[in-house]
Amino acid sequence: MIRYILRRLLWVVFLLFAVSFITFVIFYLLPSADPAALRAGRQPNPELVATIRRQLGLDQPWYVQYGRYMKNLIFHFDFGFSYQNGVPVRQLIFSRLPASISLAAGAAVLWLVVGIGVGIIAAVRPRTKLDRASMGMALVGISAPVYWLGLVALYLFSSDIGLIPILPGANSYVPLSEDPFAWFTSLIMPWCVLAVSFAAFYSRLLRGNLTEVLSEDYIRTARAKGLSERRVVFRHGLRSAITPIVTIFGLDLGILLGGAILTETVFNIPGIGRLSYSSIVRSDLPVIQGTVLLGAFFIVFANLFVDIFYAFLDPRVRYE
Amino acid sequence: MSALLTVNDLKVSFDTEDGVVHAVEGVSYEVEPGKTLGIVGESGSGKTVGTLTIMGLTRAANTTISGQAIFAGEDLLTASEQQMRAIRGDEIAMIFQDPLSSLHPFFTIGAQLVEAIQVHNDVSKSAARSRSAELLTMVGLSDARDRLSSYPHEFSGGMRQRVMIAMALANEPRLLIADEPTTALDVTVQAQILELIADLQAQTGTAMIIITHDLGVVAEVADEIAVMYAGRIVEQAAVGELFANPQHPYTRGLLASIPRLDRDRSSGLDPIAGRPPSLIAPPSGCAFHPRCPRAFDRCPAELPPLEPAAAGSEHLVACLLGAAERSEKQ
Repeated sequence: MIRYILRRLLWVVFLLFAVSFITFVIFYLLPSADPAALRAGRQPNPELVATIRRQLGLDQPWYVQYGRYMKNLIFHFDFGFSYQNGVPVRQLIFSRLPASISLAAGAAVLWLVVGIGVGIIAAVRPRTKLDRASMGMALVGISAPVYWLGLVALYLFSSDIGLIPILPGANSYVPLSEDPFAWFTSLIMPWCVLAVSFAAFYSRLLRGNLTEVLSEDYIRTARAKGLSERRVVFRHGLRSAITPIVTIFGLDLGILLGGAILTETVFNIPGIGRLSYSSIVRSDLPVIQGTVLLGAFFIVFANLFVDIFYAFLDPRVRYE
Repeated sequence: MSALLTVNDLKVSFDTEDGVVHAVEGVSYEVEPGKTLGIVGESGSGKTVGTLTIMGLTRAANTTISGQAIFAGEDLLTASEQQMRAIRGDEIAMIFQDPLSSLHPFFTIGAQLVEAIQVHNDVSKSAARSRSAELLTMVGLSDARDRLSSYPHEFSGGMRQRVMIAMALANEPRLLIADEPTTALDVTVQAQILELIADLQAQTGTAMIIITHDLGVVAEVADEIAVMYAGRIVEQAAVGELFANPQHPYTRGLLASIPRLDRDRSSGLDPIAGRPPSLIAPPSGCAFHPRCPRAFDRCPAELPPLEPAAAGSEHLVACLLGAAERSEKQ
């Protein structure tokens, strides 16, 4: 097990290297705006642009730039400076991370509770009206795009433009450390909007898994023992049916921690997602590189964590 | 002696999208304390559905059940779900065909045994664990204490079936239902498991229903045999009588299709032609007639009743052939 984890960690390092390299190459090989020109302002003169280019090191060949970037990253944990405003990227990321974590974690709790709850109800009452209604709703939830749902939610409920103005709308995010209550209320709508498609997907997945598990022979054994139906479903059925959900949950959460671009943009939440969006728009390579690496980091670690956790969930899984 | 379980005209059917499946079509039998009834038939003859129904495990919105199953004075078919839960695993226990899929893969053997004990007995976990270890020793597993923390996949097929037997006997049931208990096992292990079941039954005095498609299995353990075809009992007799003097063409076919060492190899096997009938639209009259080598004009038209093979005999058979014709060589 320890050897397996060490081997996987080596892979993680290699993978992050590969990701950083590919991001860099893509930025240089594919057409993109000139960061120096963007930085120079509205009426740039060629000298100013050249000066900026030299200051940012953009006059060097790309491999020299990449080498310098990686050296700083590895030896100083330094992600460089934003081309746009000269702020250290590490500082930018760490200031944005709490908002993304708040959004992802709250939504995750919501979609797990709703998705698992609805999935169980539908699975234990298969082919009833309740089952069909909830699975139909889930299909709608999966199909609805987040940005559309977000705008509809704002239009309906936000305190500034909403028809029923009961919740703080876009641009109302307050850090948890400043005002926990305002933090909570400002995130209610983004949480719900982000959680809808996940909850829908999880409920359908769990319903499918649980329905299948409940027809297994070992469930018949559990019933033949004289266990209550509640115990049969929750202890014996759910234990098996939830295992694949855990895998997917790890990956989904990993992806979202790297920034929920659409939700953060619709609700104007200053998280990693908005940071990457604005850095792409402004060809701000160091920030792009930083957010991409952060996202990759979360995803590969979520993957690793899920694989290790799986061995605890399913005793038949053993890693050599 | 009065019967422990009396099944009376049990009928079970399922509403499915393809039509109504008549799985059990009026089955009656008795099981006396300490005795073993063998129910024999092909897949889809209704033998499993019938016993699952007695356990209350086929109840569902699309299931229609009628008849009676009187167990210790109580009708199991009309008992409440709560009453059935108290009976299941305590008074009546079951052993299933495939011990690998019948044990929960994510729980240890110990946890599954402890659960079976604690659901019917108000005992501490450690007491239940001690009892579990005793049970594993009883079914012939060594190092029982250590085995409790093993998972099912760490056991061999025979060991897993021993665990299932231990679990079934945990609460000293008065009736044990064994549904194809040896089918999924290696031939060498089959004999051991049958012997174990017979030994334990002799020790505990439990009555047993053993369901199988294998006449060899019931020959070893059963006192009485009921042969089922398409949801009905077609022949029923004491084990010696049935093997010595089979009456129904189906039973004779089953016996002829068993390979035997004491027969000339060149004579070959004599399988029953055709396939088991559909239970949605079973053949008219005697359901066996399309496959029966002795069928005649009355067979597709009349449903033969289950009657004594000879006046006053306890050997029952459902066949339209006369007694003399039935025992003729084919």
